Amino acid sequence: MSSRDLILGRVRHALADLAADPAPYAQAVERTYLREHGERTVEQTVALLAENLADYRAVVHRCTGRQMAGTLARLLSARGARTVLVPAGLPSDWLTDVTADRVPDSLLSTAYDLDRADSVITGCAVAVAETGTIVLDGGPDQGRRRITLVPDHHICVVRVPGQVVSSVPQALERLDPARPLTWISGPSATSDIELDRVEGVHGPRNLEVLLVDGQPAATDES
Amino acid sequence: MSGTFVGMPAFPKAAHDAVHNATLRANLRHATTTIRRKRADAVAELSDWAALREAGKQIKDHTLRNLDRYLEQLESAVTAAGGTVHWAADADEANRIVTGLVKATGEKEVVKVKSMATQEIGLNEALEAAGIRAYETDLAELIVQLGDDRPSHILVPAIHRNRGEIRDIFRSEMMRWGRPAPDGLTDTPAELAEAARLHLREKFLRAKVGVSGANFMVAETGTLVVVESEGNGRMCLTLPETLISVVGIEKTVPTWRDMEVFLQTLPRSSTAERMNPYTSMWTGTTDGDGPRAFHLVLLDNGRTDTLADAVGRQALRCIRCSACLNVCPVYERAGGHAYGSVYPGPIGAILSPQLRGTGSDIDASLPYASTLCGACYEVCPVAIDIPEVLVHLRERVAQGGPVTRAGTKVVLKPARGHAAERAAMRAARWALTHPGAVRAGQRLAARTRRFHPSRLPGPGKAWTATRELPTVPRESFGAWWKRTDGGTRDGKGGSR
Repeated sequence: MSSRDLILGRVRHALADLAADPAPYAQAVERTYLREHGERTVEQTVALLAENLADYRAVVHRCTGRQMAGTLARLLSARGARTVLVPAGLPSDWLTDVTADRVPDSLLSTAYDLDRADSVITGCAVAVAETGTIVLDGGPDQGRRRITLVPDHHICVVRVPGQVVSSVPQALERLDPARPLTWISGPSATSDIELDRVEGVHGPRNLEVLLVDGQPAATDES
Repeated sequence: MSGTFVGMPAFPKAAHDAVHNATLRANLRHATTTIRRKRADAVAELSDWAALREAGKQIKDHTLRNLDRYLEQLESAVTAAGGTVHWAADADEANRIVTGLVKATGEKEVVKVKSMATQEIGLNEALEAAGIRAYETDLAELIVQLGDDRPSHILVPAIHRNRGEIRDIFRSEMMRWGRPAPDGLTDTPAELAEAARLHLREKFLRAKVGVSGANFMVAETGTLVVVESEGNGRMCLTLPETLISVVGIEKTVPTWRDMEVFLQTLPRSSTAERMNPYTSMWTGTTDGDGPRAFHLVLLDNGRTDTLADAVGRQALRCIRCSACLNVCPVYERAGGHAYGSVYPGPIGAILSPQLRGTGSDIDASLPYASTLCGACYEVCPVAIDIPEVLVHLRERVAQGGPVTRAGTKVVLKPARGHAAERAAMRAARWALTHPGAVRAGQRLAARTRRFHPSRLPGPGKAWTATRELPTVPRESFGAWWKRTDGGTRDGKGGSR
């Protein structure tokens, strides 16, 4: 007998004392919990996102679409970034003012190549206000999972309010589980030493989130 | 690596030694009191916590009740998404499968995400025996691995170590495993974390094979979920060409939507955060992003035996948050090592004796490693009634009875060392069915009360070493009731 049949047989045997469960799954679980916590206006939800991101030591900036290219260039130069990784589908007008060398993400680039990049800029799929979380789903403006992991500095652009939801349940509704998903809440951190929180172990030690109101100067909605 | 728990003394002996270790107790007290306070704050932020907890419980119960169906659904979904599913009935089989998969890649080393399942089966030792080096990449696991130590907590396995001890381990051991610790390393957590970053980065960048567990597997979509903080998980899950995940069958949830419950309850219960820094979700393989090959090893290793126990099966709801450890007065004083299992604390006291059986002294002693205060049940985000299962397992240890081992019903003999308990219970049963004898005994006890010792001799000695022996009243309640007609005739001359 294969181990598969063995295990499934043991499961059925173990459950022999229980009657079959005819109810469809939708009725099997009481979901009386909230879809979101508290009542907020759209602007308050965005403010809560900013507050919770900052609470976990992400650095939060806000600007309008018009100011976006300039702001991104300023954030990079403030860190002295000489090279910046960019996903293939990042709207080109985001980078019009950027002077750092652009390194396009490529299938051929190795982890060592990525390790040499100073910064990475991406968009996101959705951001969760109540938890201070941004979620990447590998979309064209986000690229592969590894590019937001290996460089030490990640700038993530969140379009507000369009990409912001209040809660985890609302975020899951927007996401496609078939895509690889990365939920990011603040920079890399550990509490393994005496439960003291230390930012920055293996992932990016610096996470900057740029909340952008409205469209960039030259509209390039992806 | 002395990662094995074979030959561990029973809990009372191990705990007795541990409570005399002042450093250990100080490290633990600091850590558990900190996390207890933070967790309470994080939970208080959600006004619907009780409803989330109930939903989590119901989701897990429903899954367990239909586990065969959901496992088959999970298998098809993972396979359809480009993954390969393997089934492992026990630890040996799981180790054989993983070792074989790593060998097939031609690689001699793997990077690992912290995983309880791979510790449970002793995977690192099995790989080492096959000439493959496994690098633990979670900071706490690294501390444990470098220190040739054993984990003592589900979430923070090096909780028993303070910063000074960690610095000493890094200084003396890092060079044996790769990049040495930086010169002049101090004991500040930031510097220690930086040393770990440098030490492990070279391993991440060259790794071809990653090994992980998973916090959840979604049957409907075939999605696996790993929650973590440091980014070492993301490194292991996305940089290598081959990813092998070893996951207990009970980690299944039916639908994508179910994650909305656990992504709210798990981080707040475990690290007391609104959300852990990183959560990775992957479904099979994705062209051009992440590993090209994905293997899922579904692990039984005692889980179906646990499922067969009508009272004990609720332990399989566990999402390994470790909240029960942090509130447990016994854990706080004895530490994780005393439990002699990769699952310490209250959940370990009910999970380990079910997964492994109660054949060994340590497993037979674990159901007694509790004061039954109930704090563990209060904080459990999936409402596992740990005290109920503890009492159930105590009964099994003391009395024996039918259990399922390796899928087969067997009748356990009572464990050694409980003869006095059983004799007392037999005597009590006889006495309680013979009311005349009880009355005669009570009269005799009342008349001889002046001569009763305050300490018991013989087998009762241990019991009275830490407890007062109750004094016998001058008159039994029954006698008093009869004499005064329930207190109506003569209130005086009461029970003492």
